[in-house]
Amino acid sequence: MLRFVLRRLLQVIPTLLLLSLLVFAWLRSLPGGPASAFLGDRATPERIAELNRVLGLDQPVLVQYGRFLGRVLTGDFGVSTITGQPVLTEIGRALPATVELSVAALLIAVLLGIPLGYLAASKRGGPLDISTIIGTLVGVAVPVFFLGYLLKAFFAVELGWFPPSGRQAIALDATDVTGFAVLDGLLTREWDASWDAILHLTLPAITLATIPLAVIVRITRASVLDVMGSDFVRTANSKGLAPGTVRGRHVLRNALLPVSTVIGLQVGLLLAGAVLTEKVFVWGGLGTLLADAITLKDYPRLQALLLLGALVYVLVNLLVDLSYAIIDPRVRLT
Amino acid sequence: MRSARRLSAVTAAAALAVTLAACATSERSDEGEGGAGATGGTFVFGAAGAPDNFDPVFATDGETFRPARQMYDTLVTYKPGTADLEPALATEWTPNADFTEWTFTLREGVKFHDGTDFNAEAVCFNFNRWVNLPNAAAQTQAQYYSDVFEGFASNQTDTTGAPVYNSCTAPDPTTAVIKLNKAKGAFPSAFGLTSLSMSSPAALQQYDADNVQQSGEAFTYPAYATDHPTGTGPFKFESYDRTANVVTLARNDEYWGTKPTIDKLIFKVIPDENARKQELQAGTIDGYDLPSPADWETLKNDGFQVLVRPVFNILYLGINQKNNPALQDLRVRQAIAYATDRESLVRTQLPEGAVVATQFLPETVDGYAADIQALPYDPERAKALLAEAGHSNLTVNFYYPTEVTRPYMPNPTNIFTALQENLRQVGITVNAVPQPWNGGYLDSVSNNGVQDLHLLGWTGDYNDAGNFIQTFFGRPKAEFGLSPDRDQALFSEISAADSTVDPAAHAAAYEQVNRDLMTKYLPAIPLSSSPPALVVRDNISGIVPSPLTDERFLNVVKG
Repeated sequence: MLRFVLRRLLQVIPTLLLLSLLVFAWLRSLPGGPASAFLGDRATPERIAELNRVLGLDQPVLVQYGRFLGRVLTGDFGVSTITGQPVLTEIGRALPATVELSVAALLIAVLLGIPLGYLAASKRGGPLDISTIIGTLVGVAVPVFFLGYLLKAFFAVELGWFPPSGRQAIALDATDVTGFAVLDGLLTREWDASWDAILHLTLPAITLATIPLAVIVRITRASVLDVMGSDFVRTANSKGLAPGTVRGRHVLRNALLPVSTVIGLQVGLLLAGAVLTEKVFVWGGLGTLLADAITLKDYPRLQALLLLGALVYVLVNLLVDLSYAIIDPRVRLT
Repeated sequence: MRSARRLSAVTAAAALAVTLAACATSERSDEGEGGAGATGGTFVFGAAGAPDNFDPVFATDGETFRPARQMYDTLVTYKPGTADLEPALATEWTPNADFTEWTFTLREGVKFHDGTDFNAEAVCFNFNRWVNLPNAAAQTQAQYYSDVFEGFASNQTDTTGAPVYNSCTAPDPTTAVIKLNKAKGAFPSAFGLTSLSMSSPAALQQYDADNVQQSGEAFTYPAYATDHPTGTGPFKFESYDRTANVVTLARNDEYWGTKPTIDKLIFKVIPDENARKQELQAGTIDGYDLPSPADWETLKNDGFQVLVRPVFNILYLGINQKNNPALQDLRVRQAIAYATDRESLVRTQLPEGAVVATQFLPETVDGYAADIQALPYDPERAKALLAEAGHSNLTVNFYYPTEVTRPYMPNPTNIFTALQENLRQVGITVNAVPQPWNGGYLDSVSNNGVQDLHLLGWTGDYNDAGNFIQTFFGRPKAEFGLSPDRDQALFSEISAADSTVDPAAHAAAYEQVNRDLMTKYLPAIPLSSSPPALVVRDNISGIVPSPLTDERFLNVVKG
């Protein structure tokens, strides 16, 4: 198992190296650049050229890449061209927001998705099953930003039940400990701050949860149906095991194997979905950083975000592989 | 076994929570909203972007200028709602006979936020600091300074030249004399630029203010610019929460002028325009900048105040003569002008308050020639001119920006569509080339000059014709494809007008430049001036919309 983990971790290095080169060259091949973004209406050819010279952006891409790699190896991902802040500091600041949102969305998706999928499978063909299938189709099909605006227009602007955007009301003057707004309120016993953060979190989390929820429901349903028809379940039933035991210990546990793979994959998709959701709800997490960086051609920030995103994706996949071994005793990692 | 495992997990989690809780204590202030002695509450303004930094000399965009304007003062300033000058830190300003020396009489008893005195020494310290900015990083960031003063003591870049600033003397604490190497029409208006705000010399030194560094592909700012801005303005810097994207300023109780009534001024960064609108509707902010003109009516109907600024910008249809020889013919350029129906463009595509531009200046700027008639919409004449020039089958590449709104151009695509139809009707074939504003458009039209026609504009910085005309046509630029030989007459005329410094003669010279631009040269076609707006809740008073987007919040009252 340890060798497996080590080997997989070592494979990450060439993957990231190749990716970093591609990202680096791709960004610089796009039209526009940080200089014209910085100068706006005031851009003149001379000024753009001057800024590019001062920033070293007039050098050949390979030279720039060499410098970039040299800095990255010392842990320096550079400074954002938009804010002048180190990108790692920025990412560290924004990460809790995105993690909080993604975890909330994932919790909604898993806690609702698995029981719903299971119920739909066990009442196959019934009204619950059919409405679940239709619901999941809609869930996958509705674009995140559209749903976000819809929820916001109705529940925040029209009814005023939830705040329309942001993570916490400014007037609360909440204490920041970990960067996780809900948790910070609990830790510091600022209960109103926690409650306010939960209210802010609700609409974005529901928005972000729709696609993973739909996917988890469908996979769970399919997987449970598949397992229920297999030989060992028939054997367990014919042995006279209590139906609850068969369902819990045999059907669900086996059916969860593909579900856990999907949950792992959803983590990556959550990060992608977070970009749109965060934009709609002005969430101020990684998605916001990414969107701003794309608009304003912030190369250092984009490079760091894309590389770290890839790293997370690879690591999550590794964790998924490891989780197989835990859920399914037949899987041996070598 | 299983329950034992579960129990230990729960215990561990509980222990962790207790440990964390032990080291986390609430840091809330006990003062409640507004703090002790609260009188006017907190005013929260929705900003469209985050400020780059808080050192005005390194500021280049409106979102960076906005907080700076509340914290700093300039020697002279603009009368609220106009581009005319009025006293600020200087009560009087007088030029010498040839306008190369400006003597400022300073207000007495003014203190910086750090308690140090504002006096003539401090004025000289600031001017000397700017001209001596040490490295290329700092000099490239001081855009407005280098626009106005043209160069530094030791130029570190190729885009700057001989410095206009010569020296500053302080014969007594309330008199500062600024000596220039040459007279310039931009003065005294330019002395009111927020970039030329007065900072505390002590704070500048303590927080290493000049130390802008190039780091990788970006710039880093010193502590002065990020956390310790120290001016004399009505509000003091309190904090910039970069996680929540909130800038908090507090009332300066020692302010030399009328003290603000509100206790705190908060700028909450909400980049999405729609989100700003919803926050206003939900009551979490008190106002925001640049509501989309399409929303003005709805906002008014919902009981909000839409404060429309006087126009101070120009949108033009740019013509690049370099790639398409037909466009070098004045008759063809005139034909394009006659073909564009600007009245209808203004009526259908631009917000209420927008006007047709008859020249490359808004009406309020000195040098505006009132006698210029707008070129009429006359498609028949356009066709005739094209035929006469032998270009009845003209084809042009028309570039326009996407993913952007500018105050002078709220919806570029709609404006393009209207113009395209105008051109089609006189037989001009238009190849549409849309490009994202930051994704190639500016590079294409300003840097590479690959277009035949394009849309661009300019919002003025201060009341000086040169700030518009010189910026557009003062020298050969890739944007218009003007050539140093063919168009020398135009460059010389502008340069002569710019160096005429007597105010009346300066205005007269620019009036003539404007007439000639519209009749003899026509390097582009001025289309319109549009008023940007801001919107506030109905209980807010005391904000005067400024043509220069120079709104001060010191008189804000929350009803």
